[in-house]
Amino acid sequence: MWRYLTGRVLQTVLSLLVVVSIVFVLTRLSGNPVHLLLDVNATERDQEILMHHLGLDRPLPVQYGIYVKNVFLGDFGNSVLTRRPVVEHIWERLPATVELGLVGMVLSVLIGVPLGMYSAVRRGGVLDAGARVFAVLGQSMPTFWLGLMLILFFGVVLGVLPAGGRGGLLHLLLPAFTLGYFTSAAIMRLTRSAMLEVLGSDYIKFARLKGLHEQVVLWKHGLKNALLPVVTFAVMLFVQFLGGAVVTETVFAWPGLGRLLLESITTRDYPIVQAGVLVLSALYLTGNLFVDLLYSYLNPRIRHARA
Amino acid sequence: MPALRRGLPWFPGVVLAALVVTAVFAGYLAPQSPTEGDITQKLIPPVWMERGEGGHPLGTDRFGRDVLSRIIYGSRISLIVSLIAIGVAGSVGTLLGLISGYRGGVTDAVLMRLTDVGLSLPTILIAVVLVAVSEPSFRNVILVIALLLWPRFARQIRAETLAIKEQDFVALAVVAGRSSAWIIRRHIFPNVVPTLLVISTLQVGYVILLEGTLSFLGVGVPPPSPAWGLMIADGRGFLATAWWISLFPGLAMLLTVLAVNLMGDWLRDHLDPKLRQLGSRATDPESLAVEPAIEGVGVRGAAAGGDRG
Repeated sequence: MWRYLTGRVLQTVLSLLVVVSIVFVLTRLSGNPVHLLLDVNATERDQEILMHHLGLDRPLPVQYGIYVKNVFLGDFGNSVLTRRPVVEHIWERLPATVELGLVGMVLSVLIGVPLGMYSAVRRGGVLDAGARVFAVLGQSMPTFWLGLMLILFFGVVLGVLPAGGRGGLLHLLLPAFTLGYFTSAAIMRLTRSAMLEVLGSDYIKFARLKGLHEQVVLWKHGLKNALLPVVTFAVMLFVQFLGGAVVTETVFAWPGLGRLLLESITTRDYPIVQAGVLVLSALYLTGNLFVDLLYSYLNPRIRHARA
Repeated sequence: MPALRRGLPWFPGVVLAALVVTAVFAGYLAPQSPTEGDITQKLIPPVWMERGEGGHPLGTDRFGRDVLSRIIYGSRISLIVSLIAIGVAGSVGTLLGLISGYRGGVTDAVLMRLTDVGLSLPTILIAVVLVAVSEPSFRNVILVIALLLWPRFARQIRAETLAIKEQDFVALAVVAGRSSAWIIRRHIFPNVVPTLLVISTLQVGYVILLEGTLSFLGVGVPPPSPAWGLMIADGRGFLATAWWISLFPGLAMLLTVLAVNLMGDWLRDHLDPKLRQLGSRATDPESLAVEPAIEGVGVRGAAAGGDRG
C-alpha cells in the first residue's frame, strides 16, 4: 500500500513538473515577451533595461529555476493586457468552471445511474437497446457540435432555454448536459455491468427468496453494492471536466477558466495562458491522484494486490 | 485474413468504404469548389427548402461556398490527419513499447514513467496550448496529436511484449544466439500486430474528434480549408438563420466516428479478446470491464477520452 501510495504521489509531482516545463519552453519559444510589453517606438536600450528587469538576460537554467520557484509560490506575474496580477484573473473565473463541472457531474450521474440500472434489470428489452444507442452515440458525438445543436433546438427553435452566458439554473442546463453526455453514457455502462454482476450474486437471490419487495432488492441491496465503482468514476469525471471545460465554455460563452484560457491565447496574453494551463492541469492531476487513492482505500482487492 | 471477412458488420463497413471513396475521389464527386465561393450565392438553404437551389444540395455558407462540396473535401482532412498521426504515434509507441517490454530493467522503468506522465496529462488542454503557441497549421496539428497519442500505444504493446517474451520460441532464439533486435523483429513484433491494429482503429475516432475540436476552437487546421470542425465553427453565428452550415458537417463527423468506433469494437472482439478491457468505446456495455475496474483499468479506460468536454 505505501509503495503504491508514494509511487502515485511521485508520479503526480513528475507530471506537474512536465507541465511546468512544457509551459516554460513554450513561452520561450513563442518569442521575446519584451516585444509585447513595450510599444513599437522603444529603443534597444529600453529593451535591454526591461529584459534585465524581468531577469530575461540571465542564463536559461537560472530563469527556469526562478520560474519554477515562482509557480510554487503562486506568483504567475501580471497580465500583459490588464496589468493586473494573473492570480486575480484566475480566481475570478474559477468558480464558474467549478460550478459547471459539479452540475455536469450530478447531471451525468442522475442520467447514467437510473438508465444503467434499468437496462440491467430489463436486460435485452427495448429500454436496454435504447440506452445502448444513447451510450454509443455519446461516445461518437463531437462535444462542440452537440452543444450547438442543443442551442439550435432549445434556444432557437423552441426558445425555452438561454443559448449562453451564466445565470440561474436554466443557464446551466444545456452546458451541463453537453459536458455530461459523454460521461453519462460511460456511467450508464459502468452501472449496468456492475448491476448485472451484483444481481447474479447469492445474496440477491437470498433477498428475493426472503420475499423482499423487488424495488427494495434492486435499490437497497443491488444498487448499494454496485455503487462503489460508479461513485469513484463520478468523482474522476468531475476532475476531468475541470481539465476539459475549454470546449463547452467556448460554445456556451460560459465565463470560466477554459474560456479565459482561449481568450488569452487569442490576445497573446501569455502569462494568463501559462497560469491557466498550470492551474487546470494541477487540478486535474491532483484530482486523479485523490480518486486513485480513494479507490484503492475503498477497494480492499486493490489495496492488497498492490501492497 | 479470410476468416475475418465473415461477419463483417455492414453498417460501419459501408460507411467507412463510402468515406474512403469520398476522400479519394473528392475531385470528381464534389459539385463545386470547396474553397471558392460566389458571394452572391451566400446562405442559400438546402435544396428541399423554399429558397433552395439544385446546384447546392446542402446549401451554402456565408461566403457562398457549397456546404456539400466542403464536407466531401473535408473527409480528406479527417482521414489524412488520423492516418499520419496514428502512423507516427503508432510507430514511436510500438518501438518504445517493444524495447521497454523486452529490455526490462532501467530502460523499462524510465520509459514507463514517461508513459505514465504522458497518459496523465489533460489532452485537450495541452493540445490547445501546444498548437496555439506553435502556430496552427496542418503539420503542427498532426505532430501535437501524435505527441499526445504515443503513450497509449507504448503501454499496450509493452504489456503484450512482456507476455510474448515468456514464450518458448523466444527462449529458444536466445539460446540459438540471436540478437535482441532480431528476436524483436522476427518473433515479438509479428505477434503484437493484431493488438496494434485494434488500438489503431480504436484511436481513429478519438483523433478525428480531437482534430475537430482543435479546428473548432481556432487552433487547428487553418481556414479556408474545409475541415469539418472549422465548418461547424463557421456556422456558429448563423444558428438562427442558417443552421445547415453547422448541422451537416457535424453529422458527417458523428457518422464517421460512430462507424470507426463500431469497427474498432468488432475488430477487438475478433482479433484480440484480451483487449476487451481496453474498451474506451465498447459498444457492448459489458466489455467495459467484467470486473469493474479491478486494476483501475476499467475506470481509466472508460475515461480515456473523458476530457473531451
